[in-house]
Amino acid sequence: MTNPQWIEACEVDDVEEEDVIRFDHGDRTFAIYRTDKGEFYASDGYCTHEKFHLSNGLVMGSVIECPKHNGRFDIKTGAAKRTPVCVDLRTYPVKIENDKVFIQI
Amino acid sequence: MTDNGMVIVGAGEAGARAAVELRAQGYDGTITLIGDERHFPYERPPLSKQQLCEAEPPTPAVILAQEKLDALRIRLLSGDAASRIDRSRHIVQLASGREVPYSKLLLATGANPRRLTVQGDASEELHYLRKFDDAIAIRDKMKPGARVAVIGGGFIGLETAASAITRGCDVTLIEVGPRILMRGVPQQIAEMVEASHRKAGVSFAIGVMIERIDRDGEGFVVKLVDGSVIGCDLIIAGIGAVPETTLAEDSGLAIENGIQVDSHLMTSDPDIYAAGDCCSFPNPMYSNRRIRLEAWRNAQDQGTQAAINMLGITPVPYAALPWFWSDQYDQTLQVAGLADGASSTIERDLDEAGKLFFHLAEDGRLLSVSGMGPTGAFSKEMRLAEMLAEKQARIDAALLADPAVKLKALLRELD
Repeated sequence: MTNPQWIEACEVDDVEEEDVIRFDHGDRTFAIYRTDKGEFYASDGYCTHEKFHLSNGLVMGSVIECPKHNGRFDIKTGAAKRTPVCVDLRTYPVKIENDKVFIQI
Repeated sequence: MTDNGMVIVGAGEAGARAAVELRAQGYDGTITLIGDERHFPYERPPLSKQQLCEAEPPTPAVILAQEKLDALRIRLLSGDAASRIDRSRHIVQLASGREVPYSKLLLATGANPRRLTVQGDASEELHYLRKFDDAIAIRDKMKPGARVAVIGGGFIGLETAASAITRGCDVTLIEVGPRILMRGVPQQIAEMVEASHRKAGVSFAIGVMIERIDRDGEGFVVKLVDGSVIGCDLIIAGIGAVPETTLAEDSGLAIENGIQVDSHLMTSDPDIYAAGDCCSFPNPMYSNRRIRLEAWRNAQDQGTQAAINMLGITPVPYAALPWFWSDQYDQTLQVAGLADGASSTIERDLDEAGKLFFHLAEDGRLLSVSGMGPTGAFSKEMRLAEMLAEKQARIDAALLADPAVKLKALLRELD
């Protein structure tokens, strides 16, 4: 494993409040969230239940709901919140600099 | 009073979720999960979809593997059916002779495929799809070029037809009703589904009864009352399901289109609950009308809710909007709520993301939403529409129809 690096994912304005976008880096894919309070978070892109991208999901407050089967995760911690998901989602540190969103992966 | 533990009969979706929830709620006693299949609890939705058509031989989509059962201290008794409930002694008897005592019991016995009664010598050869082993048996015969007849234009029949086409089979779907998806799916969506199947190459025989089915060499011949004849190598019947109530009936529990439960999922015996496909319950979203659902999310939610209520922590009534989904090729269709009783339908065209249909009562209240489109963008809109339906609000039809008006904005206005 290489040391974690900060990667520029998007501009702050690319993500609406209470929404999520997809960010691909190399062969990995992530979901970048903005909560209803305007805070940014990042996680692995795919739901832990079936391989379906969370960027098509619905953000409600600080919860992401998978579009496929409505499994839910806490955006801040990645904790699985509702069936059918039972495996937590991996999350990544996020920082904002000069209106750009960076994630540490 | 000594605690004899929590016992769950039926290790499907509802039963497995209940077992997990009992532990999640902090219950520390014995949890026993009894299932007649020789598999770990697994998800059924993929049986008619990926597991029929993917190139790799499938394995069950396991919900609770041994590691997790151990971690949660759930005792799984698989391959052994519950045969009797002794309510006075609070004991479940198994086919093997084993006896399991309970303090509270959950019946999550599911449903069985309805059997087709038909003239001819082939009725024993028909396939039905409910369990993993059923899917394997069907899959083995779904070889490229095989002629497949699917009887029944419901979700199971249509998903099986789509899988057979994907496998390179020659598929005919027979539906005796006037159209496919008669039960619970609006006509607009049924038409979209039928069109996608026709485009993929499925032949349809709709609105025609089957006269008889006979063996014909290695295969079969299905004769319809209009005189047409369909030769095939494999027949799958998906004509509905019957709730599994034998155990409940034999022990004298109240039955009404399934095991009768109250709004807390309690049966006529206060120490016995029921959840999932096997039970009928009053739905407060629709004037406490008694309904029974054969749906995945309902099984999960009722299993979870029953566990909470069995522990008597803060018993809550079960009040969820019924929700169904089906995958057809690269499209997903969803229905949220019950559309019967609707007097008008408003269409919202999402362009490439598909279509939504809002079904309104005479007084303008939103009763249910249905729609179909490619899974990604469609699902997001559909989910918002479902949340609107949960509120059963009166919303201006022009706003619902206008895709430029964001559903999230409409939802916020109701808060």
